[in-house]
Amino acid sequence: MKIFSDALNSRIDRLRVACMPQRHAERICAALCGVLLAASAGAAFSSLPLRAAQQTDSATAPVVVQPGAPGKPTKTLPSSTKGVLPARSPADVAFMQGMIMHHQQAVEMTALIASHTENKDLQLLGAKISSSQSDEIRFMQRWLAARGEAISMTMAGMSDMDASGKPVALMPGMLTPEQMTALRNAKGAEFDHLFLTGMIQHHNGALIMVKDLFNTAGAGQDADIFNFATDADNTQRAEIKIMQAMLEKKPSEEKR
Amino acid sequence: MIRVPSFAFRVAVAAIILCTGTSRMAAQTDSQAPATPPAAQEPAKAPDAPQNPFAAQPAPPLPPGMTGSDTNDPRYKLTPGLYDAGETSLGLKHLLLLKKPDSFQLGVTDPDDPKVQKLIGQLGIGGGMKLPKELQLVIAELAFSNSDLAFQGNHLFQGNFYGMNIYDISDPAQTRLVTSMVCPGGQGDVSVYKNLMFMSVEMPNGRLDCGTQGFPPEPPAPAGHEKERRPPVAQADRFRGVRVFDISDIKNPKQMAAVQTCRGSHTHTLVVDPNDKDNVYIYVSGTSFVRQAEELAGCSGEAPDKDPNTALFRIEVIKVPVAAPQDAKVVASPRVFIDPRTGALNGLNNGGSHGKNDEETKPADTNQCHDITVYSAIGLAAGACSGNGILLDIKDPVHPKRLDAVNDPNYSYWHSASFSNDGTKVVFTDEWGGGLGARCRPNDPSKWGADAIFHLHDDKLTFASYYKLPAAQGDTENCVAHNGSLIPVPGRDIEVQAWYQGGVSVMDFTDAAHPKEIAYFDRGPIDSKMLVLGGEWSAYWYNGNIYGSEIARGLDIFELMPTQFLTQNEIDAAKTVRVDTLNVQNQQKLEWPAQLVVAKAYVDQLDRSQGLPAERIVALRTAIHNAEISHMNKGKVAKLRGMAPSLEQSAGAANNPADAKRLRALAEILKHPSA
Repeated sequence: MKIFSDALNSRIDRLRVACMPQRHAERICAALCGVLLAASAGAAFSSLPLRAAQQTDSATAPVVVQPGAPGKPTKTLPSSTKGVLPARSPADVAFMQGMIMHHQQAVEMTALIASHTENKDLQLLGAKISSSQSDEIRFMQRWLAARGEAISMTMAGMSDMDASGKPVALMPGMLTPEQMTALRNAKGAEFDHLFLTGMIQHHNGALIMVKDLFNTAGAGQDADIFNFATDADNTQRAEIKIMQAMLEKKPSEEKR
Repeated sequence: MIRVPSFAFRVAVAAIILCTGTSRMAAQTDSQAPATPPAAQEPAKAPDAPQNPFAAQPAPPLPPGMTGSDTNDPRYKLTPGLYDAGETSLGLKHLLLLKKPDSFQLGVTDPDDPKVQKLIGQLGIGGGMKLPKELQLVIAELAFSNSDLAFQGNHLFQGNFYGMNIYDISDPAQTRLVTSMVCPGGQGDVSVYKNLMFMSVEMPNGRLDCGTQGFPPEPPAPAGHEKERRPPVAQADRFRGVRVFDISDIKNPKQMAAVQTCRGSHTHTLVVDPNDKDNVYIYVSGTSFVRQAEELAGCSGEAPDKDPNTALFRIEVIKVPVAAPQDAKVVASPRVFIDPRTGALNGLNNGGSHGKNDEETKPADTNQCHDITVYSAIGLAAGACSGNGILLDIKDPVHPKRLDAVNDPNYSYWHSASFSNDGTKVVFTDEWGGGLGARCRPNDPSKWGADAIFHLHDDKLTFASYYKLPAAQGDTENCVAHNGSLIPVPGRDIEVQAWYQGGVSVMDFTDAAHPKEIAYFDRGPIDSKMLVLGGEWSAYWYNGNIYGSEIARGLDIFELMPTQFLTQNEIDAAKTVRVDTLNVQNQQKLEWPAQLVVAKAYVDQLDRSQGLPAERIVALRTAIHNAEISHMNKGKVAKLRGMAPSLEQSAGAANNPADAKRLRALAEILKHPSA
């Protein structure tokens, strides 16, 4: 599989094991699934009258133009002009696959909250992170599937072994198996502290992944991935700030 | 009611079969993964939850103490469709939807892709069947999205990630496209001033020459060096920043300047200094990555302690000489997050690190504004700046100074701001999920992804309440608070606002603690089975109509209709306010003429709020009516004038500040009324 770019990160590179040949069938199915759902929707509405206004008067026909660089003249394009997009970058695909795996650990962490702590603030925060990141996982999967790419890197990874028996490297910021075990074994205030510091570490890793993406030539030109990566970066920065505030506030509350 | 053609039915059945198959396969694989936690621990998923990413998912259960949106609202279950979705409205008449032009939609080349054809063949649909072009919605949702709006005279400017479309709205019901300007780079935020048009460019595919080709991936690494990280190639032709166009010829916009910035321009705000007629200013909000110094000298994305000249933690101010726009340039980069006592650039979060002191645990601070609304008439700006809402003194527009900053535990991402006309309130929005997600589902909390209304008094912001679209939306509708503008109804604070696929909602926030919806329009989802990005990006009032920029579908045009919450007089009074230009983030003070229609709006409001006894309401209406039908006969006008003092007296004893202001304003009109 050549979907992994050497440019993104050697850590991603070591995750090649995640995308094995037998995933191929699933990949096609996922892509087709999206295509066909769209097709069925499209065929359904194409037979119905549109409410959009028609523009038929040639005297007032709209023009299609394309400006030049500053100071240069503007070109008139044919009225039949259609939109085109830049080529997709392999680094985009690798980023999405890696981020799905990254997000899944966050969801896994938040799933522990209900049974490990009574802290109401943390429960609210956890619900929000879980909801956001689950939602984003599906967005990334849709992005990949609609483009015929594998969505299943998630099945491998984590603490799994690679083909040569060595542990697979984690995406930046992901908690190590030891950290995850410590989190699972903690309760109450200790859990709260490990969760918050762990999730801050985890979120900061996502910021690094976004930075690496945009430092790759040709990457991030797809509007969906650009918007997603930028928003994920912004949202996680904001959540980090909230978590830091919770960490600062906690000791005094616990003394009571 | 919905007639599904046989082809569509076959394809849909095939899709369902295929998706089910995919889910099974995924579930099986899932069970083999040792590190995956038991699915039962995940609140949102059943043990055998299908993993078809196109399938919509309901929200997880509401967190304790939170409430969700109303599922009994007629907006909750509208039928899906791109151009034939079910619609419902209250107090808003939908006049028109103008579809996005073909030049801003992907060409129908993908169905001919051999891979796609092969897959179709395997399903037995083949025979050269072309897929409908709506396929484009799945593979390039955002690249051709409509974005923000600006207005000037009879022209509406609709930004798009792919460029700009300019419409003639001289007769709103007969709105027509004038110019499609191809110039990609996202997200096409737009402002206009006299003969100048400004446009935000943020994405790395932006080019100085407005080319659509973007930039290529880096060439393959030389043999033996595949694993080495290489810095990306600097591109001299890349453009990220604010473009300046001359639109003297509306059919032939000419690019005059392209002012480069390190982070590009996600949004920008036109600032007009009342004391400087020769220049206009642009505040640039960049929210994305900082590009390398090799491409644009001086750009640094380092933390402030490593590089005091970092491009983070600032906004940019561009100065545009009106007579020489080609000389536009960045003249300042205000550090609006600075801690004035310590001088730290990251002053809005000095929490410090709590983990290991390495890169992955360093603190992240508020380092950007997403959008800024300036209100030059009161010398203030409100910034929605990712982790904070901030208040700026902009009396010296090149050097804005922070006056206050607020945070909110329920806020995910501070997105935009607008002032009430009297400057005593600020409405912020929280774009939880970035606008791509369904965040108005029945179980999405009403305090998340909502407006937050703050009191503004003595340059201090104080939280008053949240407002979220009251109607629940479906799982396949991206929905969260987004852009809106004031509707100039005198005597009330009313905002029309876009909620993506949640539609358009008109909110009254006169009482900041109890905002309420007074009108709405909504469509069903684009698709019932999967979330296809769409909905209203912006909904703005301009000179008598409401315009909605629909991301996927086109341009919506509405008219306000009277209801029990808003009378025809109030609507007519709003229509008395006419402006030459509207750039919503450059907020202008609304002023109403001393016309009797404005007086009638106040009377209707005093009637609704019981701010005056019924007999006085009747007497006022009769006197105003008599003056009108007499064509402002002197005696009738004198009678009106005679009613003013008692109104002023009542203002002193009014039940609430809103009624007091209405009574005083009404008295003022009655002293010097015009027809």
